[in-house]
Amino acid sequence: MADPWTVEAHRLFKKHGIKTVGYVPDAGLTDLINACDADNDIKAVVMTTEEEGIGLSSGAWLGGEKAAILMQSSGVGNTVNAIASIVSSCQFPLFMIVTMRGQYGESNPWQIPMGQATAPVLRSVGVRVYEVDTEEDAVGAIENGLKMAFVSNAAVAVLIGQKLIGAKSFIADVAEEVTHV
Amino acid sequence: MSELKLERADVMAKLMTVRGDALIIAGLGSPVWDVASSDHKPENFYLWGGMGCAISMGLGCALAQPDRKVWVITGDGEALMGVGSFATVASQRPANLAVVVLDNEHYGETGMQRTSTSHGADLAVMAGGAGIPTTLAITDMAGVDGLTAALTSGPLPLVAVVKIAASKPNLVLPARDGVYLKNRFRQAVLGATDAMHAS
Repeated sequence: MADPWTVEAHRLFKKHGIKTVGYVPDAGLTDLINACDADNDIKAVVMTTEEEGIGLSSGAWLGGEKAAILMQSSGVGNTVNAIASIVSSCQFPLFMIVTMRGQYGESNPWQIPMGQATAPVLRSVGVRVYEVDTEEDAVGAIENGLKMAFVSNAAVAVLIGQKLIGAKSFIADVAEEVTHV
Repeated sequence: MSELKLERADVMAKLMTVRGDALIIAGLGSPVWDVASSDHKPENFYLWGGMGCAISMGLGCALAQPDRKVWVITGDGEALMGVGSFATVASQRPANLAVVVLDNEHYGETGMQRTSTSHGADLAVMAGGAGIPTTLAITDMAGVDGLTAALTSGPLPLVAVVKIAASKPNLVLPARDGVYLKNRFRQAVLGATDAMHAS
């Protein structure tokens, strides 16, 4: 069964007329990416780096459509200049869903520094950040974030916390057998 | 280094003869002045920042406006910075997107330092390797004529890398106000009312 918040996120994308969804995958985003991929009314775009999402989203808006961007928290660093110089300078709407790593119960120490930096980095370039840890808060933040982004030309990021998506999204954490050397 | 003899102004003048109603995203740097000096109009979006994002912005626009052609006019340094976007474009195969890289093998805005294309990086080959179905490597005016034919009758998407002389562009500067440029573009594409409201 798909994670309930991802089902709601997909429904809200449809309700708010999101036509393009750009993503760099994360385990916590799998169900939402699959739902967008399977939806003929949504152009699901796999990107090589999160920075492309800023161009993609802004370009879609220039052409009269709404886009949403999905990424893992470690990818946020790749978006910084594009957000600051394109989104902020031009007041483009921006809506991102960021699934968190390096947070609650993280088992990969290399994820922790960027996980801690994600929210302050986004805020430092003018993004409104909603950090959520429950289904209810996630759905509310996505609904209101979509509204705010596209009606108020705001940059909004909903950070989905590891309390909600679980810390065990890394393949080595869920494998039945691993060998240590 | 290959021989760089085409003048950017001559290339732009030739391309604009077949522009029609194509929308243009101009990448940061000299391509902004090139587009402004050759065919300044509201359907041009000039990037004064966001280096590396011209191609992804063109893709977003092309997907949103499938019935109009979208041209990305950018430079070699800008294209190199967002070079993964070739793969992203290839995975979408938008039949209305053309990317033209004006490759003078230098970072023109920052003091004419050499880019990787002067050391052998071949953006046309990189685009082909990323899966772009049509790539053109152009070094002379006959090649530019071929490009105008390809822009007119397709098939798209294509990436054309036009080797040009490392000469100064015509310094025709458009407005720097990003909000103005955005709204002006949307008004031209969507109409005055729709431009100012979410779709």
